[in-house]
Amino acid sequence: MEFVFLLEQVVNGLVLGGYYLLIALGLSLIFSVGGVVNLAHGAFYALGAYAALEIRARLGFAPAVILSPVAVGVLGIAFERLLLRRFYRADPILSLLVTFGLAMVAEQAIRMIWGAAPLPVAIPAALKGPVMVGDFLFSRYRLLLLAIVVAVLAGIWFLLNRTAFGSVVRAGVQKPDMVAALGIRLQPYMTAIVVLGVGMAALGGALFAPITTVHPAMGAEIMTVAFVVVVIGGLGSFWGVVLAAVLVGVVRGLTIHFLPAAGEASMYVLMFLVLLLRPRGLLGERIEKFE
Amino acid sequence: MTDRKSTGGALDRRTTLKLGAAGLGAAAFGFPAIVRAQTDAIRIGHLTPMTGFLGALGGYAVLGIKMAEEEINQAGGVMGRPIQVISEDSINPDTAATKAQRMLDRDGAAFLMGEISSASALAISQVAARNKRLFLSIGARSDTLRGKSCNKYMFCVDIPNTVMVNAVGSALLRDNMVKGKRFVTLTADYVFGHDLLRAAKAFFAAHGGNLVGDELVATDVTDFSPYLLKIRQARPDVVCSNLAGNQVTNLIKQYAEFGLPYPIVGFNLNTADAWAAGEGNLSGTWPTVWYHTLDTPGSKAFVEKFVKKNGKPPENHAWIQYISLKLMAEAMNAAKSTDSETLGAYLEKGTQFDILKARKAYFRAWDHQLIQEAYPFTVKPKAQIKDKWDMLQLGAAVPNPDQPLESIYPTREQNPCSL
Repeated sequence: MEFVFLLEQVVNGLVLGGYYLLIALGLSLIFSVGGVVNLAHGAFYALGAYAALEIRARLGFAPAVILSPVAVGVLGIAFERLLLRRFYRADPILSLLVTFGLAMVAEQAIRMIWGAAPLPVAIPAALKGPVMVGDFLFSRYRLLLLAIVVAVLAGIWFLLNRTAFGSVVRAGVQKPDMVAALGIRLQPYMTAIVVLGVGMAALGGALFAPITTVHPAMGAEIMTVAFVVVVIGGLGSFWGVVLAAVLVGVVRGLTIHFLPAAGEASMYVLMFLVLLLRPRGLLGERIEKFE
Repeated sequence: MTDRKSTGGALDRRTTLKLGAAGLGAAAFGFPAIVRAQTDAIRIGHLTPMTGFLGALGGYAVLGIKMAEEEINQAGGVMGRPIQVISEDSINPDTAATKAQRMLDRDGAAFLMGEISSASALAISQVAARNKRLFLSIGARSDTLRGKSCNKYMFCVDIPNTVMVNAVGSALLRDNMVKGKRFVTLTADYVFGHDLLRAAKAFFAAHGGNLVGDELVATDVTDFSPYLLKIRQARPDVVCSNLAGNQVTNLIKQYAEFGLPYPIVGFNLNTADAWAAGEGNLSGTWPTVWYHTLDTPGSKAFVEKFVKKNGKPPENHAWIQYISLKLMAEAMNAAKSTDSETLGAYLEKGTQFDILKARKAYFRAWDHQLIQEAYPFTVKPKAQIKDKWDMLQLGAAVPNPDQPLESIYPTREQNPCSL
């Protein structure tokens, strides 16, 4: 019986990893392409949740999940064009300060617009409740979430590896000067990557609003986990982030099974071990390269 | 390897990442509020969490105390002087202690009040004792604050954990949900949760309940799925929440998401966290210190005024901060002093204060806690809910009107407080 319990935690951890992935992958993408750690990434996650809440009140759940990332993506265009763009080549401390400041401004803006108290959001009735697969218990809603994450992941991978757009981005990550010499402007690609990244974060917010507390500081909450996942996975490694997200989800589940009080600490211990044994991160040897 | 220069000038990605980590760390510290100087005003240092897992409650706390401040000043202040409440985000116990000391040293605060977090309240109470200044601990519920860690300069307003357990416990006993039943508890992993678990264990032991699992949950947990799987594996008769703040909301939402069949009860819930749970997610029996549908004239007038001002009904932390400042103003006026020793002596006298409930409340001299009524509540059936704030059905006050208020509080034998 004990083995089945553990297996159940492992499978649940995989599902949870998918959620971490939505946030961490965007963070990693923006870092690989622009060399900027976007500390405001969590703010876009929170905005995604709040936007979804507003759209859902008017149009319903499915339109909210689709339109919220689009709306936040548009905000991402402004963010990249007006702000982030100026810091790609600057001292990293500047971009960190700016995005950190922006995160605080966004959190306070949310507090001013929607109030400090958490807002109620429920799962649509049709998606609520458990699904039993053999003796395994799953949440119906999370299975849907997993399917969406897998679809998004496949889409991003395809975009980066099988399209002209992806070739330019990957070339730009490695040899921007060469890309420029070939007469290609990288700037629109940068914008697209940032839009993609913050859009994914917003999608995460929209999807997780019904099962977590929607409050102004929710962005700061998720930011730390996303950052840990990126560091464990290895900088700029697509599969590294995927692996790390899943690993963090599984390790957390198993730790909670044996030692519940250490559940949240487990990912930091994992990060510590990875940095100690393999400072580049799990798949970090292919640093700054997406494949 | 890539040519670094080409991607970002002087940028070294590892350095960037290190700085990123430092930035995230810095997010843990807050920024001080702007203090406006005002001569001859009586200044009161007010600390409460405004961010973090208790931040939502702190938002209500500030609204409540500001409303009391305005009313007191409109009515001529205290001893002819205006009062000025300096509110700051307490953030965590360390920062709370630092800010408390600064409020006394630099901002000229006569005394301190506030808090929701039991851990921060404990830290502030030590600062208060060292400086021999009064600290009115308003929203913290740990028994320890009134027991082992009580001190001469701290007075506690909110109901303690033992009273919350007793309030829900009486309802559970009535419904035959304790004796011989298997319980699993989820407990917030800090001083408040540990304390609540202790009170819950004492209750189960006294009434034949059987604790088959108890899980500690860190305060920053947002995903409860591994815990829910463990609960299902234990197959209890009743699930019992000793969580706090956002944790409760997250648990309730995800409990409904996974559709576990076991009834859930809890020994702590603030109404803001209940409101945030979303339609159809909350169930079970929970305790409260106050709810805005409470049917007393004073309470109704307060609610009406609050709604007019803020566009939403007050949460229990708004109410408790409001009555706390009101009773301190009353104490200062009656004692004709802002001196901590004098005020402390006045509160110890057992003066009856109107806290907008059916029965008046008073501070017990030997452990400095406010003795007052508490209530269990359940969730209203969907058809009876008038608006999104009206989801709870307040039960009858405990103790019964014919019993002394102290009957739900720990006795002198049970409470290891010596001032």
